[in-house]
Amino acid sequence: MNRTISALAIGAALTLTLGAAEAQEKLKVGVITTLSGPPAVLGQQLRNGFQLAVKELGGKLGGRDVEVIVQDDELKPDVAVNKVKALVDRDKVDFVVGPIFSNILQAIMKPVTDAGVILISPNAGTSNFAGKECNPNFFVTSYQNDQNHAVSGKYAQDSGIKKLYLMAPNYQAGKDALAGVKRHFKGEIVDEVYVPLNQLDYSAELSRIAAASPDAVFVFLPGGMGVNFVKQFRQAGLADKIKFLSAFTVDESTLPAQQDAAIGLFGGANWAPNLDNPQNKKFVAAYEKEFNAVPATYAFQAYDAALLIDSALKATKGSTSDKNALRAAIKKSDFKSLRGDFKFNTNNYPIQDFYLTKVAKRPDGKYQTEIVQKVFDDVPDSYAKDCKMK
Amino acid sequence: MSTALFIVQTLNGLQLGVLLFLIAAGLTLVFGVMDFINLAHGVQYMLGAYLAVMFYALTGNFLFALILALGAALLFGLLLEFVIFRHLYGRDHLDHVIATFGIILFLNQGVKFVWGAAPLTLPMPEMFSGSVALMPGLLYPVWRLVIIGSGLAVAILLYVLVTQTRIGMLVRAGATNANMVSALGVDIRRLFMIVFGFGAMLAGFAGVMIAPILSVEPGMGDTILILAFVVIVIGGIGSIRGAFLAALLIGLVDTLGRSFAVDILRLFMAPSPARTVGPAIASMLIYILMALVLYFRPSGLFPAKGR
Repeated sequence: MNRTISALAIGAALTLTLGAAEAQEKLKVGVITTLSGPPAVLGQQLRNGFQLAVKELGGKLGGRDVEVIVQDDELKPDVAVNKVKALVDRDKVDFVVGPIFSNILQAIMKPVTDAGVILISPNAGTSNFAGKECNPNFFVTSYQNDQNHAVSGKYAQDSGIKKLYLMAPNYQAGKDALAGVKRHFKGEIVDEVYVPLNQLDYSAELSRIAAASPDAVFVFLPGGMGVNFVKQFRQAGLADKIKFLSAFTVDESTLPAQQDAAIGLFGGANWAPNLDNPQNKKFVAAYEKEFNAVPATYAFQAYDAALLIDSALKATKGSTSDKNALRAAIKKSDFKSLRGDFKFNTNNYPIQDFYLTKVAKRPDGKYQTEIVQKVFDDVPDSYAKDCKMK
Repeated sequence: MSTALFIVQTLNGLQLGVLLFLIAAGLTLVFGVMDFINLAHGVQYMLGAYLAVMFYALTGNFLFALILALGAALLFGLLLEFVIFRHLYGRDHLDHVIATFGIILFLNQGVKFVWGAAPLTLPMPEMFSGSVALMPGLLYPVWRLVIIGSGLAVAILLYVLVTQTRIGMLVRAGATNANMVSALGVDIRRLFMIVFGFGAMLAGFAGVMIAPILSVEPGMGDTILILAFVVIVIGGIGSIRGAFLAALLIGLVDTLGRSFAVDILRLFMAPSPARTVGPAIASMLIYILMALVLYFRPSGLFPAKGR
């Protein structure tokens, strides 16, 4: 009897491994992104961008059928870690793509990369992972966090703005943002204001800005904060008097709510929907058709992440078993990025162009950011020198 | 720190104050009269904003949108009361908290399902969209003045309702001793339902009034709910007058604190640490205020009689 049972057990175990072997046939990609709470719209852009690319590639990446497992991190680091562990241990994913927010990235970095899984961030790109803590299993298709802010600082400096007013949420990314602006701006900083994260009413701050009457303000207020600030900035009559510079504050995720209030306001970015190259035109049209929304940077960077995986797997003939070969293939970044210029630096962060963008209303009534001028050409981030990878 | 800036910031504080009052009035009535903790009150504020956006899209007229949204908010409040809340009145406060928290989760997800996760916007009525010069060099958005005005009007209306009318008398009596009022032949259930619907409508009204300034998004009621609870705790649970004064107090303390904390700290600190410490202190001020009030007057500044 016992022997029958052990036989059955062995048989069952064998069947299980068979199942596992079969599952290995399909490439598995875990997407971890924020899909609940007010910033859910950013996470949806990321997910949509990635899924659009997979769909256009016929449900395959590098010729292999792909299963995309999407997880919501709820913008909570502990939740993100649990879900990422499940992706790595239970689902045995080959790649993890995500997240949106930097604090989530800090949390999931170790569980993913220590397991030997490749982590590709289509948005968050903190300075520590660009420098001292750079990681061979970690690639970024977006930017190093302070680069988009540096665009405004450089532009303010070059265009002769004398008095600049700075505002950001009171947390690490906010401080990094203002540091990024100040790196290039040498004029007078009238004031530097930190507001609580997720503050909604800016009446007090706007009154102070009006009283200080600077030449320009720079704000970093992502998501709903930016929607509220921009509307109130316009309502207070400041939009016509003070130049508005920003990053992550007026983009395609916030414009549907800001609408006319945001027209003419400036941002800094590595891409805009009207960036003029054939692959981008095709992408924007397809995205709008599929999701009835104008894509933001989150969508395009996720789309690029999918193209990147596709190109790397083509080079390894679909194999993910030799990690060294896989990493080398990813690093070549042999794909046509929607942004045109793209290659990886030694720290696996991109070397790319950055633009000053401006909000415009399109003839079809939708809103988008459009490129005004190129501010940085093929620029690496300033932390790469601290990274020991070659 | 010029006088003009101080005046503007005081107005900003008043505006936040009356908004808090609109939300806290309903909350304190429900809490005071029915002894019912309604965490879902903030969701009703959010719903008011969403309904206004929807009705604006249908009618294209702010006034119609406002009226329809108020009606819908009232109906929805009554529906919630009828379907869920009336089964909870006799039960423990903890049951209230858990049930109404569930409603928060449910409705936050619900509005996302119906209207999408992206923030929406309600355009401001054209005639109130500009700024006025209150004195030379002192511009103030007209809409914020409208909010202050309508909030004060509601406060007066509530005062008259509660102190001068028969319904108000019953509400006050019901708050003191519900059993006695019931024994005298008043349908206390129906009275409670009216109070509840009215509270929901006030929260909805606050949502409609703030929607042109803030983005309308899921979860927008959650942060304001905490402030509203601070208001009713400071004001004294069940007291409309207390809620009114506490709301103005909190609006002013919060706004002036955010506005001038850094300046004040700079007087005796280096600019850089002042910039770090200032916002932290400013965001704590109202809670410090609440702690002080609770220490010296545990039942709030103006506790309702009979509690």
